[in-house]
Amino acid sequence: MGDWKTITVPVLSSDSKNIFQYTSDKKISSPSMNSQVLRLPLPSSKSMHSFFSAFCTEENIEQSISYLNRELTTLGFPSIYAESKGKELNLISIINCMNELLVLQHKNLRAQEEVEMQHLKLGSDMDHLQNCYAKLKEQLELSKREIVGLQERDRQLQSKNRNLHQLLKNEKDEVQKLQNIISSRATQYNHDMKRKEREYNKLKERLHQLVMNKKDRKIAMEVLNYVGRADGKRGAWRTDKTEARNEEEMYKVLLSDYEQRQKQLLVENAELKKVLQQMKKDIISLLPPQKQKPKERSEDGPVLSDLEEDIGELNKENMWELSCETVREQLTNSIRKQWRMLKNHVEKLDNQVSRVHSGALNDKDVISREDHEMETEKLELEIQQCKEMIKTQQQLLQQQLMSPCDDDTTLLLQDCYLLEERERLQEEWRLFQEQKKNFEKERRSFTEAAIRLGLERKAFEEDRGTWLKQQFLSSEQDNRLVKSTSQQRKPHCVLSSSVSAEPCQTSHYTTRNSSSVASKKPAGDDSKPNRWVESDKEETE
Amino acid sequence: MNFSEPFKLSGLLGRFSPDGKCLASCVQYRLVVRDVNTLQILQLYTCLDQIQYIEWSSDSLFILCAMYKRGIVQVWSLEQPDWHCKIDEGSAGLVASCWSPDGRHILNTTEFHLRITVWSLCTKSVSYIKYPKACQQGVAFTKDGRYMAVAERRDCKDFVSIFVCSDWQLLRGQHFDTETQDLFGIEWAPNGCVLAVWDTCLEYKILLYSLDGRLLSTYRAYEWSLGIKSIAWSPSSQFLAIGSYDEKVRILNHVTWKKITEFEHPATIANTKTIVYKEVEKSPSVETERLSFPPPRALASSLFSTQSKYDVSQVPVSLQYIKPAADRANPKMGIGMLAFSPDNCFLATKNDNIPNAVWIWDIQKLKLFVVLEQLCAIQSFQWDPRQPRLAVCTGNSKVYFWSPAGCVSVQVPGEGDFQIVSLSWHASGDSMVLLSKENFCVCYLEREEVK
Repeated sequence: MGDWKTITVPVLSSDSKNIFQYTSDKKISSPSMNSQVLRLPLPSSKSMHSFFSAFCTEENIEQSISYLNRELTTLGFPSIYAESKGKELNLISIINCMNELLVLQHKNLRAQEEVEMQHLKLGSDMDHLQNCYAKLKEQLELSKREIVGLQERDRQLQSKNRNLHQLLKNEKDEVQKLQNIISSRATQYNHDMKRKEREYNKLKERLHQLVMNKKDRKIAMEVLNYVGRADGKRGAWRTDKTEARNEEEMYKVLLSDYEQRQKQLLVENAELKKVLQQMKKDIISLLPPQKQKPKERSEDGPVLSDLEEDIGELNKENMWELSCETVREQLTNSIRKQWRMLKNHVEKLDNQVSRVHSGALNDKDVISREDHEMETEKLELEIQQCKEMIKTQQQLLQQQLMSPCDDDTTLLLQDCYLLEERERLQEEWRLFQEQKKNFEKERRSFTEAAIRLGLERKAFEEDRGTWLKQQFLSSEQDNRLVKSTSQQRKPHCVLSSSVSAEPCQTSHYTTRNSSSVASKKPAGDDSKPNRWVESDKEETE
Repeated sequence: MNFSEPFKLSGLLGRFSPDGKCLASCVQYRLVVRDVNTLQILQLYTCLDQIQYIEWSSDSLFILCAMYKRGIVQVWSLEQPDWHCKIDEGSAGLVASCWSPDGRHILNTTEFHLRITVWSLCTKSVSYIKYPKACQQGVAFTKDGRYMAVAERRDCKDFVSIFVCSDWQLLRGQHFDTETQDLFGIEWAPNGCVLAVWDTCLEYKILLYSLDGRLLSTYRAYEWSLGIKSIAWSPSSQFLAIGSYDEKVRILNHVTWKKITEFEHPATIANTKTIVYKEVEKSPSVETERLSFPPPRALASSLFSTQSKYDVSQVPVSLQYIKPAADRANPKMGIGMLAFSPDNCFLATKNDNIPNAVWIWDIQKLKLFVVLEQLCAIQSFQWDPRQPRLAVCTGNSKVYFWSPAGCVSVQVPGEGDFQIVSLSWHASGDSMVLLSKENFCVCYLEREEVK
């Protein structure tokens, strides 16, 4: 990494040795990875001078310039000569080249710094990794040793276990052996006992014979007189009949005992069945409605419906008479199912409760809990509000009831109430007055309208009279004319009839009109029919 | 509670008559019959020899007195004091004697259990039952007195025969062999339909036979260890309590004949629901100034007799436990006494390992109810025939009563020691007779008093 390539600088004078030496001195080899030391490329000021003076002296100015020019042109820089083959130096280009070279130098320096930085980093990483590796190796060693130790312990325990098993087996074998010994001894004793007993029986038989044979001491009973039987009956002979009778009686006794027991058992059975039925009903009522748990619905729905049917069936029929296997099994099975369901339900509730207590994060539960809390808060608020309302109401009520405490205030209050009422009444009065005025106005207008109507009516009557007179006079003339021409009469008759009809009609109409006028409300409608009549009159005339 | 004065007694032979009117007691060779209420001597009979056993006939008209040494049984009549009857077994000897349920036949068991002779008092007939079994309870009568079961042994096998008591005929086909090794006892259930047969203590085996001889069920709790020591039927025949040498009582039910529960009798009682009554002594208060010499009789007796009362002990209580010697036969261990109360509610037991305690179990709940811890070993206890009241005696001069309301210890007044060894209730439950070796006294209980 730290190796520098030696750059051979060609074509130089004796100075090149120095350069060689110098550049070879610059060979930096970093044997250890840890050394971060880099030799800076810039030499010390002393060597700088020697370096500079070594290259260019007064003698070889031109040669050095031409060398420089060659180098620069090969590096891509413009020539430093003013012209291609002239000896005049282009100062500007020289300066530019220098600048370029400086810039290049800076860039190279920076690049070098970066590389060195990276180099440092990689070195540290490498060290770190080496450390880890060492540690892991140690750990591995330790665990390997531990495993070996545990394996050893395991082997020991297993061997102990085997020993204990062996001991147990031995003990068991011993116990078995002892039992065998006991049983064999017991059989031996039994056998001996039997032998002794047989001997004893033989002795007894012998003795019995002897006793029976001996006649000196009579085995007898002396009794003054025989006593009657306790139940008053006389002794009976022993016959087959009596034997049969005895047997019969015995069986009767047994049977009666069994019957009694069976009755008791039946009663107990019936009671238990009743209790089971009751229990089943209770369990069913305890179970929650299935809609809350849709999952279970599919499983228990059909089951429940079956059970419901069963329940219905069993309820209908008389329990006491049902004692067959199937019904009993059905009942017990249905109860077992219900009980299992109830148990599951209770277990679920327990789980829920425990989960709520432990505060596990289950969305459903959290939400429900939050809802619950919210609801409780709401309810509390409501309760609070209601309480406050009740309080205020109570206070008001109290005040009401406690009114005679302060006379002034009560009077004031009363006054206030009175004022209120008074104002209200005043308003009403005002309204009333207004209405009254309106009514008066309307009445006046109506009366005027009625007067006008009367006048007009009068005028109309006069006109009518005059018109009738005219008509009458004209009709006489017409009648004379009619006698002359019969054909012309008709239209005249028609006319007359029409004319005569008209006044009737008009009279009808006027009467109608007047009646209508009379009937119509005084709302200013009078003017219309009047006008109309007038127009009619005008038409007719 | 009144106590009569003590009367002489021998052989612990003091019996109430079945009708409850008389009390028979014997002193050596004399039989004294007293009236129960007044204890006046009604009759006095003299027998030929020292009486070893007396028994009233079921109608209370006759008493038999058995003298085993002479092999004689004498029967006395209460109605006719002149009437006499003597049964002489002669060289056959006499080992046991008892009445038949009809009160007119006497069953004598001859020596070596050669045979049982049935002597009739109303006819001249005699019946013999051959090969009776030589065991404690070889003959059992049903409660209604109709049938008699006799345990027999032939050819090294046990048999049971059922006889009809009215004519002593063998019930047809009712002669069956039992599967026992060595039958120890038989007992009828109170309803007369089931016979319990149990084996010797070397084998825990109890067999239940129906009246017609069918085997209903067999019950074996365990093998090899010592087995059944005592059994008791409940008055309703619903339960059969079996007390065994392993200090447990097992209860079988009459429907399935299977064990429904076991009652353990541990030395430490830990259940808080059990009430433990412990008898403690009260030191008598004696005023030393008043002492005079010679001390008057009453004072003397009260000085020497200690009062005692019951204290309720706090649970857990540990009782005195005795482990008997393992190399002896018939060890004093296991449940030796069992008794059901007449109303079927309680069962009183005694564990011979814990001789000072009476255990009372509640049968309705099948749990231990009360433990009575006494100062001395329990001699005997008996339930009142009418109500759940238990009388206990422990060999001192006190009698102890327990009922669900509480328990009380009563000192029998009297001079000297009166060591009550046995007691027996009157059929009405109003009085009881307390027996000691030398004397007996009658205790009259007032209805309202001891509850």
